[in-house]
Amino acid sequence: MANLQIPDALLVKNYVEGNESALSTLIKRHESKIYGFIYSKIADRDISNDIFQDTFIKVIKTLKSNSYNEEGKFLPWVMRISHNLIVDHYRKTKKMPMYRETEEFSIFSIMSDDSLTIENKMIVDQVEVDLKKLIEELPDDQKEVLVMRMYQDMSFKEISEITGVSINTALGRMRYALMNIRKIIEKHQIILTN
Amino acid sequence: MAKIYSKKVIVIKDLKPKREVVSFLLSYSKALTVVKIDDKSFEIIAN
Repeated sequence: MANLQIPDALLVKNYVEGNESALSTLIKRHESKIYGFIYSKIADRDISNDIFQDTFIKVIKTLKSNSYNEEGKFLPWVMRISHNLIVDHYRKTKKMPMYRETEEFSIFSIMSDDSLTIENKMIVDQVEVDLKKLIEELPDDQKEVLVMRMYQDMSFKEISEITGVSINTALGRMRYALMNIRKIIEKHQIILTN
Repeated sequence: MAKIYSKKVIVIKDLKPKREVVSFLLSYSKALTVVKIDDKSFEIIAN
């Protein structure tokens, strides 16, 4: 059966003309992407819900006042609003409590630096470079699947649609890509450590 | 276990806002009317 989906632009138009259910469809269609995006930056469910709510309050106000510019697409526009609200949130919470150092209390007792040292960072970067070189050695079909899966975080379903092969073929190419990389590493006794 | 060296973009799937939030937004939308007069806009919220 054909999967007919009303385009966002038409739903927006219907909503502006007074069809409230169009908003419900738009929210349902994009809530996961927008909320997921906010949560990936905030990592707090309650604050993410607040930002999601504020985002759509802005969307509703803009659409109802006929100020929406049809030039762009709906989802990127909403994402941009939520991104701006995330930035605002971090600006507001920037005010940190101030500690003064005294004889009894040292600021370093509560501070720690978990970031990598320059040396470790260089090693990590080198590992990344080496790995990319190894990936370049793979046959094109395997390389394509591996890059899409590991670096672009695409699902095998998406990969199969883009590359025009079945999911099983994509899975197989991924498997062979990993096996071949392991072989190259073993053959040349490459050490990847960080 | 095998170590993963590639830097992965964290994408969290199937996260959804609370139902109450969506329900609030739909009610808010129904209640809100924006009236534009000249360059000013007035928001009217029906009870």
